[in-house]
Formats: sequence, C-alpha cells, structure tokens
Amino acid sequence: MIAIENLAKIYQMGDTEVRALDKVSLSVDEGAMVAIMGPSGSGKSTFMNIIGCLDQPSAGSYRLNGSEVAKLNEVEQARLRIREIGFVFQSFNLLSNLTALQNVELPLIYAGLGARERQVLALEALRKMGLEKRVHHRPRELSGGQQQRVAIARALVNRPKLLLADEPTGNLDSKASVEIMAIFQELHCEGMTLVLVTHENDIAGFTQRIIRFCDGKIVADESNRQVIIKKEVPA
Amino acid sequence: MKVSENLNMAVKNLAANKIRSLLTMLGVIIGVAAVIDMVALGEGAKRQVTSNISAMGSNLVMVFSGMGSRQGGSFGGGQPLTNDILPTIEYASSKITLIAPEASRNLVVGNNDSSMVSSVVGCTLPYFKMRNYQVAQGRTFSESELNARSRVAVIGSYLAEQLFSGSDPVGQDLKVGGIFRFQIVGVLKEKGQNGASNSDNMVLIPLATAQQRIFGNRNLSTIYVQADSDQDVSMVYNGVYTALLAKFKDESKFTLRNQAEILSTVEQTTKTFTLLLAGIAAVSLLVGGIGIMNIMLVSVTERIKEIGVRKAIGAEKSEILTLFLIEAVGLSLMGGLIGIILGWILAALISHFSGWATVISLNSILISFGFSIMVGLFFGGYPAYKAAGLHPIEALRHE
Repeated sequence: MIAIENLAKIYQMGDTEVRALDKVSLSVDEGAMVAIMGPSGSGKSTFMNIIGCLDQPSAGSYRLNGSEVAKLNEVEQARLRIREIGFVFQSFNLLSNLTALQNVELPLIYAGLGARERQVLALEALRKMGLEKRVHHRPRELSGGQQQRVAIARALVNRPKLLLADEPTGNLDSKASVEIMAIFQELHCEGMTLVLVTHENDIAGFTQRIIRFCDGKIVADESNRQVIIKKEVPA
Repeated sequence: MKVSENLNMAVKNLAANKIRSLLTMLGVIIGVAAVIDMVALGEGAKRQVTSNISAMGSNLVMVFSGMGSRQGGSFGGGQPLTNDILPTIEYASSKITLIAPEASRNLVVGNNDSSMVSSVVGCTLPYFKMRNYQVAQGRTFSESELNARSRVAVIGSYLAEQLFSGSDPVGQDLKVGGIFRFQIVGVLKEKGQNGASNSDNMVLIPLATAQQRIFGNRNLSTIYVQADSDQDVSMVYNGVYTALLAKFKDESKFTLRNQAEILSTVEQTTKTFTLLLAGIAAVSLLVGGIGIMNIMLVSVTERIKEIGVRKAIGAEKSEILTLFLIEAVGLSLMGGLIGIILGWILAALISHFSGWATVISLNSILISFGFSIMVGLFFGGYPAYKAAGLHPIEALRHE
C-alpha cells in the first residue's frame, strides 16, 4: 500500500537547516493498522502530511498503491486526496456553520457528485457511525465523540483505501477514545488501511504495529503482540 | 465540481453572517443609489430645460446685438439693436410669419405693501403667442393700448402670488422702477422654472411704453423671428443674416441664434454637469468596494482553518478561489441591486417633495450595476487569491 524510500523533508530556517525527516524508509501493507509515536518535533506530523499528500517531500520516493506520488503538483495531490485518502484530525475540523450531514457531504461536493447521490452516501456513512439521529445537528450541538464520528464519516464517505488520523483521541475523554478506537478496529477488520499518530501508549496498544520516530528518523518498528481488542457498539 | 455548488456554499456563508453582509454591502448600496440619483437629477433638469426650450417652437430665429465675436455665452456688450432694424428683418425673407421684438431689464416692482426685483419686458402682441404665454386671469393688452403707450401690465403668476397673495391682482396698481404706476390687466399661467430665468416672475408691458416711458431709449434686447415652418428655419436664418450683413457691413455687430443651436448648448452644459455629479457619486462606489475588500480579507483570516479543511478533503486551489470570488461578487451584486431599488425610490421621493424632475436612465442603471460587479471582482480578487494560495497544513494548524 505505502512504500517509502529515503524520504526527506528539509526546512530552511534562517541559516540553519532543519531535517524534519531524514532518509526515512518504510512500507505499510494493505489492510494494516499502524500507530506512529514519538515526541513532539520528532517528524511524525511531517511524515503524516507527506503520506497524506498534503505536503511534498524534499527528496526520496513515495509510492501509494504502486504509483509514484512524491512529485505530484498541488492539483494532482488534491485529486488524489479526494479518491484515495481520508483524514481525521485531533480537533475534528468540522465546519461549524454546516450540519453533520452537510459536513459529510463536503468531500462528495468536491468529488463532483449530484445532490441526491451525495445525500444517500452521506446518510449511509453517518448511519454506520451510529449518528442517524444527529444528521441535522451542527457540530456545537454534538459531543466530542459524536463530532469525531462525524469527522470519520466525512473521511470515509468517498470510500478511500487509506485512513490517516492525527491524534484522533487527543481531545476526547477516555470513554469516547475507546469508542473511536473500536470504530477504527472495525474498519481495520473490514480491510481498511489505517495510520494513526498518537503519543498515548494506550491508544497505540489498539494497533498491531508501532513505529517510533525521533529527530526525523525511525528509531523503532515493532509489532504489538498484545493488541487490545475492544469491541463496543457506538452509543 | 460545478460552479452552482460553489454558489450554493457562498450563499449559505453570506446568509450565516447577515448583519456583516448587509454592512459590507452598504457602501455599494449607497454608491449605486448615489450614482443613479445624481444622473437622474441631471437628466431630469436637462429634460425640463430642453422641453421648455422646445415648447417655444423649433422654428424660431433670435437676433441679438453683436458682441465683437461669435464666441462666448453672454450677449450684448456691443452696439445695441434698435427699432430701426425691424423693417430690414421683416423684408429679409418671404418665409417669416411673425416678428416679436423685446426690450427687457430687471427692475424693482411692487405695490404699496411690498416690492421685489422682476424682469420687466416690453413687447408686442405676437410675443405672447411666440413664447407661448397664456393669460390665466384678465387679458393681454390691446392693439390700441400698444400704440398709445398705455401703462398696462400683464404679470407672471409667481409675482402675482408674492405681491398680492391671494387677492385678485387684475385691476390693481403696480409700481415699476419705483415711480411708474401701471394698471394690471392680466396674470399669466404658471410656467415653472425655465433654465436661467423664471418666466413666472416677469412684468409684460407694451414695447413703446417700455422704451419711451421707462428705459428712455429705442434699444431692443432680442428680436424673435418665426419662420413659416421648421423646414424654413435655415432659409429665414440665412435671409436675416444676409440682410443684416448688408446693413451693418460687419458680422460682429449682430448675433443670430436658432433654437437648435441653443438646445445643443444647453444639452452640452447639463451633460457636463451630470457627468460631474456622477463622477462624485462614483467615488463613493469605489469606497464601497474598498469596504468589500476589507471584509473579505477579514473573512479569509477568520476562515483559514476552514480553507485548510476544504483543501485537506480534496478542494483544489481554483475551487477555493471561486468560492471567495463568488462571495465577494455576490455581495457587490446584491449591493448593486438594492442600490438600484433604493436609488429608484429616492428619486421618486425627491421628485415628490422638492418638485425637481428626475429621470432614471437605463444607462445609469446598467453602468452602476456593471461597475458594482467589477468592484466585487477587483476588490474580492486579492482576498480570494490569498485564500486559494494558503498551504493546507499551515491553514489547518492555524488557531
């Protein structure tokens, strides 16, 4: 699914060169569930941005589903994001003046779907997240866990093959966090490839593989033998 | 992605900030309304003045005394024309129907109670017909009164109202120039403002009376010559010109004008005036545009995160650009529409309360509407460009 070789990202800050990513090589199989950990400034967010096609690497190769995407321009990246990649953020990033349904419809609008088709798909995605009774609520009328589930529905509505989550439980209490991780595990069981950034060991414990970053390099890549399986039906 | 989807999102966003949207539009609303009303006032004035001039008939030729050259706007200054010239003009062309000489001067007129400055015009009977003066009360002076240099006067409606306020002026006395006592025999119908002179504030008296009893000379200020028909005007004009040239042997001793010339001069003047007014109003439209830019820049800054989210989920640069541009143009377009309606209502109110004629011209609507769209595109362009150029990661990180 993801094949990365010698990926580097270098920022020029005044006279000094900051190597946010320093020759990282990594591959993630289709259907895998991977946690990326590391202290802040370790390069894990930069790494996520590049595999999410939000940013371009300074050097190296990134093959997504077999095709080279490291050198794509902005427009090509945007098209790739619509089709292949779903994003979940720490602070949900829902548009506050749109309802849950309208938020979920947004990627479909940019994908060019008609109004009726959009509604059917968006409703289905929200139903899957157990939010069929909340479709016309605005984000501020929803709890944090519900907002994150709307965000997941939005990430999934275009049926991407890769779901990226940047600290998805960072703004949630432990109960909601477990709910969200249960959803991710369910998606994993359905064959979705998931990469999530976290600095909580508990959350990383829900995945089978944990990659640790430090100073722009991978310092550990271990498989998690005691995966926490928490099957909980979302409330 | 279709433009209609962007339009839909832009409308939702503008509707979500109703007060802000309205305040932003206010500049354009005022600007457009101002442009439309200024042009409407200018057009109205022009329409009224030209219609007053046209009402005199387009078959008139006017003779004034010369002024050394044919350039410039005021007449007189040279040797004045006198009664002696009338026969020359009369036989200048066979197509002349009427000749009406006029000798006029501004004098103080009044009765025992009050007095005011009015235009005292010595004239003959054809003058009434030619200038389209109709008598509302009483009568005009008779042929015999004309010849006998009688002290009779026909006064304008404004003067009648000012001096006699309600009571019937016919039969009463009027003091002209402080010492000459006239009997009022008639009051003219109200005509309204006519360019430079108010034809409701005048005293018409027999020409011979004016020349011999008041002015003390035989000078004429204007001689009106009426041709048989519109087609004969140029023939009469040329005939009078040739005759006067033969008599004076000098082109600068007299001035000849026909209605078409005067009409075009007046139109030229009011056009300049209208352009000036519209230009001043256009400045406020421009200021309105700067208001739109200001708010759109604020809006972009406020919505950096939203832009990041839209980009992360797949919006292209051009789609963000279109969204913000549609919002800006939408604001100025709505402002333009409201401005047109407001301008229309205001123009009607101005006409109703001040009595000034206003004419809403289609051109002013189209131009100010087009201009307001341009304002939206131009002043919305920069903020939209700024929004579209944001990097998704930096935008998402923005708090």
